[in-house]
Amino acid sequence: MSTTIEAPRSPYSRPPRTRGGVSWEKWGWIYMRASGVVLIVLIFGHLFVNLMIGDGVDALDFAFVGGKLSNPFWQVWDVLMLWLALIHGGNGMRTIVNDYTTRPMTARILKAAILAAVVVLIVLGTLVVFTFDPCPAGSPADLLPSFCPAS
Amino acid sequence: MPNESAGTLTYQQKTSSRIPAGTLYRGHSGMWSWVLHRITGVAIFFFLLVHVLDTSLVRLSPEAYNDVIGTYQTPIMGLGEVALVGAIVFHAFNGIRIILMDFWNANYSKLMFWIVVALWVITMLGFAPRHLMNVFSH
Ligand code: HEM
Ligand code: HEM
Repeated sequence: MSTTIEAPRSPYSRPPRTRGGVSWEKWGWIYMRASGVVLIVLIFGHLFVNLMIGDGVDALDFAFVGGKLSNPFWQVWDVLMLWLALIHGGNGMRTIVNDYTTRPMTARILKAAILAAVVVLIVLGTLVVFTFDPCPAGSPADLLPSFCPAS
Repeated sequence: MPNESAGTLTYQQKTSSRIPAGTLYRGHSGMWSWVLHRITGVAIFFFLLVHVLDTSLVRLSPEAYNDVIGTYQTPIMGLGEVALVGAIVFHAFNGIRIILMDFWNANYSKLMFWIVVALWVITMLGFAPRHLMNVFSH
């Protein structure tokens, strides 16, 4: 008879949840905070340049985007914002699905949909920024940025 | 007294509601900031899904992109943009508040909530009039 009974009121503990030796939830938690801090700068800068400077939204057109995205500075800015925001938002949505779903199957379908949307849009957005041609041949010159040979 | 340690239980028995009353967050600024943080986060996420798609039209043709971005410049969308920016600004400032609570000091969470509200009002006063002037002055 050597059954040990735990002392009453001893703190409840469980081993840290890891998969492959990595605490994914912890790193997710840290990522939400680290990306949040960087996103403030990126998104506020994005909104300031696109909505506050000059004529704001009224100035946005193909030529405006052509001017921005032919500059490596804004290319890097936009791609960073794209990756950080979509992963932050996707991980946040995952938390919300975990909170509100009651059936494991529903949760899995919703999380797969979120993951698919995030991956597709990250690939699409990154390709757009790096394969973008500000002076497509055969387009009306008045729609193009002023530095294009056609305009 | 055994009753004291079971304080929450006796409290619950006094109410006819099935919803537990008097928890730490319910009904106070802590609850509203959490609800708003969640709703704004979801709203921004869905906007971003559409926004990456509309931006990708620059790859298609100047005409296609200009058509779609033109809809951002109408009065109705202009009001929508004020709402969107309002959501982002709240989510961002309240996000900083969450980070400060986690890493610095959670005792000021309520005070910081009102600072978030104040900073939100100031930022929106700087943004909304200028944006609405751009949108409504065609
Ligand atoms: C009404 C508000 C907004 C307007 C008018 C706007 C406008 C634009 C424009 C004109 C571009 C083209 C490239 C550039 O200018 O850098 C763009 C790209 C982008 N915007 Fe916004 N934006 C708005 C809000 C936001 C918000 C709130 C986010 C983040 C959550 C965001 C994230 C992005 C991203 C990630 C790209 C790059 C897309 C890509 O890689 O293809 N934007 N936006
Ligand atoms: C502007 C800078 C931003 C900051 C400072 C920020 C900060 C935060 C923080 C601290 C959290 C809490 C994470 C946790 O509880 O573990 C969070 C949650 C979340 N964020 Fe952001 N965020 C920002 C931008 C965004 C953007 C652009 C999106 C959408 C694409 C987004 C969507 C979400 C969602 C869906 C959640 C989950 C909400 C919940 O669980 O209730 N956030 N954010």
